[in-house]
Amino acid sequence: MSTAAPPSADSDCAIDVVDLAIRYHGQLALSGVTLKVPAHDIFGVIGPANSGKTSFLRAVNRMDLMTAGMEVSGSVRVEGRDVRSWRNPYALRRRIGVVFPLPVGLPMTIYENVALSSRLRGTRNKADLDVIVERCLRRAALWDEVKDRLDSLGSLLSGGQQQRLTIARALSQDPSILLLDEFSIAVDPVTTMRIEEVLSELKSEMTIVLVTNLVQQARRLASQTAFFLTGELVEVTETEAMFEGAAQDPRTTAYVEGKFG
Amino acid sequence: MFEATERNRRNRKVEGLFRLLFLWMTCMLILPVALILGVLIVRGGPAISWEFLFTRPINNMTAGGILPALVGTVWLVVVALIASVPVGVAAALYLSEYAPDNRLTRAINLAIINLAGVPSIVHALFGLGAFVIFFRFGTSILAASLTLAIMTLPVVIVATRESLQTVPLAFREACWNMGATRWQTIRKVVLPNSVSGILTGVILEVSRTAGETAPIMFTGAAVFMPFLPQGVLDQTMAMSLHLFVISTQVPDVPEHMPFGVALVLISLVLAMNGLSIAFRVYLRGRKKW
Repeated sequence: MSTAAPPSADSDCAIDVVDLAIRYHGQLALSGVTLKVPAHDIFGVIGPANSGKTSFLRAVNRMDLMTAGMEVSGSVRVEGRDVRSWRNPYALRRRIGVVFPLPVGLPMTIYENVALSSRLRGTRNKADLDVIVERCLRRAALWDEVKDRLDSLGSLLSGGQQQRLTIARALSQDPSILLLDEFSIAVDPVTTMRIEEVLSELKSEMTIVLVTNLVQQARRLASQTAFFLTGELVEVTETEAMFEGAAQDPRTTAYVEGKFG
Repeated sequence: MFEATERNRRNRKVEGLFRLLFLWMTCMLILPVALILGVLIVRGGPAISWEFLFTRPINNMTAGGILPALVGTVWLVVVALIASVPVGVAAALYLSEYAPDNRLTRAINLAIINLAGVPSIVHALFGLGAFVIFFRFGTSILAASLTLAIMTLPVVIVATRESLQTVPLAFREACWNMGATRWQTIRKVVLPNSVSGILTGVILEVSRTAGETAPIMFTGAAVFMPFLPQGVLDQTMAMSLHLFVISTQVPDVPEHMPFGVALVLISLVLAMNGLSIAFRVYLRGRKKW
């Protein structure tokens, strides 16, 4: 295993992972991950199923606290601070938006889906909420499709719309980091393209970690890409170099060229 | 080309046989229900009247109505609900949403299963010892209802927990990932989507509580009371005990009276079950995902 994230000043580093290992009920799922995710950029994570990509994301926002049997060792620093030093993990999670593989529209109205995070933080003023809901839905490229039916159920939208709804919901947290876990699995290609455009715009404001099973998606969006394989980080390389055959490890080249996985 | 082999033919024959067998067993199941209801309606129906429902028993319970028993059963059920629903729902929430999977949790689960298996007469003796004597509630609605509450607690817990489990984990995770605490998640997402199921469990509990006899016999139900209970520390008559008494203990009760009491009791329970089924249908119709 080799890691070669280019050296960067700590202020430019949004997520700094050192020797991360994750176990479920004692069973090792991911180990030896050391990498730096640069701020205000899109960082790709690719790898076949069961390679530990999702576990990596779960460690970043401390879902080990909510998952029976999940143990994390090593250190994960978010904006310079070890995630385990946050006495209030809820405050940490508010700064980190998450989008899941299968769109999870919560069983409440579209409006309430997007207003939920602000409400949890104590915003009651309807006018403020209206502004937040419209802004987030616009940025997620969903506003025009739903503006006339904000009171219908979010869980009954189509897959692609629900996925944009979850992005709007994540944006409503005003996050500094956005974690996307294979967001395009249940989304049609046209919507995928629209979401990719949204992500390219968002990266000026926040750090995006894009876990994807589509290597070409990583190529289109990510500046650097990490390749995970069977619970290990194989390498982190500039994305273009990785796809032009300049990967450090032959397994990476084989994977991005579609020879396995 | 596709000709059935001997084996195919035999499988088909066996298949038909088993279908018939299962159908027959199912019909056997309906038979007692139909018979009970039929007998009660035919023999108890003539006893039902406004006077029967809304007056007190007279002449050593051989005439008059069942009002004190009817009111008493409502008292017992309501007080039992007030005692068991908050405890049961809170316990189910803890077990479903908070409890780590450790020995304590498993022990609690085992205790709940065992509590459901305790015979009602044992609950009665426990209630007598604990509530009537130790806590000095005397034989009263309070003591009887608490006994009923403990007996039906497992029903509430299990029904509530099952209802909570129907809310997908993905909803909880989405909420947690936004920085919501477990309690915020319960309030905003889990409870709103499981409340109908919890109500179903509560109603089932009601129908069970209304029919129980043994647990209230020693703890709060009286054979005969000339007046209605005024508070939770009074004794009371109850439908189930009244039925037992006029069927076995009192001479010269007109034949239609016990059947009438049984008919009223079973109607009460069936109406409750009907309500619970209606809730279930409503729940399915309103499913949001």
